[in-house]
Amino acid sequence: MAFLIRTIDHTAAGREIVRERTIEQPNFTIGRASENAIHLPDLAIEQHHVEVRQDTDGNLSLEAIGTLGFRIDGRNADFAKIDPSHGAELQLGSAILTFAAEPGGTTGITVRKVETDEAKSDAVRGFALDSALTSKRAISWITSLIILIALLAVPVYSHLARDRVAPDADEPGQVLLDSAWSTGPLSLAHRGLADNCEACHVDAFVSVRDETCLTCHAELGEHAPPPRLAGGRAPFSYGDALQWQVAEFFGKEGPGACTTCHTEHEGPTRMEPASQKFCADCHSKLDTRLTDTSIGNASDFGELHPQFRPAFYTKFGQEKPVRMSLADNLKEENGLKFPHDLHLNRTGGVARMATKLGKQAGYGAPLECSNCHTEDANGIGFKPVEMETACENCHSLVFDRVGGIFRKLPHGDVDQARANLLAMDRTPRKPLVTGRRRPGMFAKGEAYFSNFGPPRPELAGTNQPLGPGGVCRECHLPANIGGRPDVVPIKIPDRYLFHGYFDHAAHDQEKCSSCHKAGTSSSSSDLLLPGIAVCRDCHLGEDAIRAEVPSNCAMCHSYHTPSGPAPLDHPRDRRDFTAMINPLRLRNGE
Amino acid sequence: MASRAGSDIEFHDQRRAAEHESFLTYKRMRWAKLATLLSIVVIVGYLLIDQEPRPNGGSWYGYTLGTIGLLQIAWLSVLGIRKRKITEGHWSLKAWVSAHVYLGLSVLVIGTLHTGFQFGMNVHTLAWLLMVLVILSGVYGVAVYAILPRKLSDNRKEMTRSQMIDALAAIDRQLESAAQPLERAEADLVVAALKQDVFAAGVFSRLTGRYFNCATRRALKGFPEDYQQPGGEEGRPEDRVRSLLRRRTNQLAQIRRQMRFKALIDIWLFVHIPATVALLAALFAHVVSVFYYW
Repeated sequence: MAFLIRTIDHTAAGREIVRERTIEQPNFTIGRASENAIHLPDLAIEQHHVEVRQDTDGNLSLEAIGTLGFRIDGRNADFAKIDPSHGAELQLGSAILTFAAEPGGTTGITVRKVETDEAKSDAVRGFALDSALTSKRAISWITSLIILIALLAVPVYSHLARDRVAPDADEPGQVLLDSAWSTGPLSLAHRGLADNCEACHVDAFVSVRDETCLTCHAELGEHAPPPRLAGGRAPFSYGDALQWQVAEFFGKEGPGACTTCHTEHEGPTRMEPASQKFCADCHSKLDTRLTDTSIGNASDFGELHPQFRPAFYTKFGQEKPVRMSLADNLKEENGLKFPHDLHLNRTGGVARMATKLGKQAGYGAPLECSNCHTEDANGIGFKPVEMETACENCHSLVFDRVGGIFRKLPHGDVDQARANLLAMDRTPRKPLVTGRRRPGMFAKGEAYFSNFGPPRPELAGTNQPLGPGGVCRECHLPANIGGRPDVVPIKIPDRYLFHGYFDHAAHDQEKCSSCHKAGTSSSSSDLLLPGIAVCRDCHLGEDAIRAEVPSNCAMCHSYHTPSGPAPLDHPRDRRDFTAMINPLRLRNGE
Repeated sequence: MASRAGSDIEFHDQRRAAEHESFLTYKRMRWAKLATLLSIVVIVGYLLIDQEPRPNGGSWYGYTLGTIGLLQIAWLSVLGIRKRKITEGHWSLKAWVSAHVYLGLSVLVIGTLHTGFQFGMNVHTLAWLLMVLVILSGVYGVAVYAILPRKLSDNRKEMTRSQMIDALAAIDRQLESAAQPLERAEADLVVAALKQDVFAAGVFSRLTGRYFNCATRRALKGFPEDYQQPGGEEGRPEDRVRSLLRRRTNQLAQIRRQMRFKALIDIWLFVHIPATVALLAALFAHVVSVFYYW
């Protein structure tokens, strides 16, 4: 058994010097001492460090014979068996001995110095993930800067640098990337402003102001003058007071501001009508705070709501209607003589007359309410009753007939009527043709009749219709205006109840007589409005379980237009016009 | 000062004698209990408070939750600074880490309730997403810290990382000399295997342990086992190279497993830390934008 020892050294210039020698013995030792077969001058190596033995199976056994172990194939060991045909690498101190089979059964042992590997500490670092990824610091900086620039600096800069223009829902805003600031979709009413944040958010760090809302909602009515509103508001609970202190510290306008109720960015919804409690908070005990108020307390339509107080005329010659409670068994003086019972009687003369007039005249049966009262365009109320269409079919004002033409007195204009009567020549005179009468067009009242008598107005006749038994007195009360006979002016309000919002169309399924007791009313001074008790047959408060129609305040009242003609934000069907956009803008198609 | 020194010794003796207590179970889970209580309180509050028209970050409760969450996040992110100062006792780092983990989990509840479950393409939801990312990566981090260090240690088989590299280098040196007699094509396979840096692996390979482009594996395929041609006593060079390539493969596998476990342990921090910094930026933009468009 032989070992071929090949020692490789380097010259100063880096050239390799290879020396070879052969050891002809099965066992030998490696160490620092010179008597070793392989002598390695390295202090880290013991005098006799490793003994190499040839085993019977051809393998080599390596054993540490000193106190230190050795490194074989990168592992620390005290003993190792190696197969020369597979090779192995023994490291002792700074020397590396490579075992490999050589031709002819010899085992080659190449001895060389370890090249100091300064990159090794770096290599160990290679185990960590850092070596394969950008540093955490770099990722942090880059993502943070992207966020801060795109989502903060760009919108802020473009907001500050923009031109101030009036808000316009059709124009996109000038501020860049501020859609990323939106906390949610706008309500349906404001969706046109979705790309125009600065229309509402005008100044930086200033909460949305009422004045900004009013640039579009200029026509909006006030619920009450601000001092009354503040005085009537229920005192805050401790929690609410604290909340408002905080909110006002952060620059919110206060509890009366638009944005207090009209929260935005809550999704594409419509604003729900205010809850009953919202109204009741102030109105349930309003009289304790506004001691001079004429408004009765209200908290629940079924439980606490004042009797209706219609506005109407109680005396002839009244300039303005007066509001009085229906509880007081009221009489109205509107100047008209009209017994509802007579007209609605199914069997009397009126019924006969209506039947006789027939269907082509719009009758044909005893009178119904609808023969005289016609609904207005949207079905909410009724048009004023007009004499010409409602009454005149029976109560004719015809006073003369010329040929096939009936001449009639104009309704509503006493002077004109008087003039018409004056122009009519009623003087009796000798007939044009005496004796044998001629037929046809030459008779009195016909086309070729001519009156050759002297013109002589009959003053007595012109006032006859206004006099006792005259046609005017059928419906009107006599009066003397400016020294001449006249009629008492009719004063019927268009709306009796204008603080609430009653919709007749919503009550289609009811008969008129369910609420209006017209069939038993013999005088037009009967106020045929139903009281609150009638409404309460069906309508009770928001939470009433027994009620056919649980009703909150918003069903009849609007916050913003308490005395408006008809609240535009009535919950039933007028929601598209929410909150009174300036009508001028609407008319211009905006 | 003698008594002071004495008490210090006592304290340290006591400390060393104590059983190891994980930050997860620190002080019988004091912070877990506190965080759970906090979460329950805010959930109950959320359910009881009737916010019209719908729960919202801009309601008083929303602002309260937002403020609590913001303060918590600010405190949680200070751990990065705090952990570099190791102290003991009441303000020990372990207490701090325990609180960090459990209070961090409660931020998930508080932050989510603060949104009122209203999400959109905006900076506010971005902040929430980053918050969720930070918390989930933190949960992952706690989980791998409980599982992977043992596997990492098992894989080492009492070798240091530097020994693994040495072992590979030793095999490589032998491979280089064993490959000397080989023909060009076969030698090229070996050269390719030797040239490939085990640490040049990308993130995917490190995390999955899959190396589709492994030159050593490819080289090994180029040296098929051939029993028809028995070599001489010293063995054919091909056989030696094959055997060395196998050893190289095994050594590579150990190094790669080590890298994989290390990557699985490290990766969460690459999410947790940058996402935290990004979250702080997004929170700043969130708060400023809310007040800017007040």
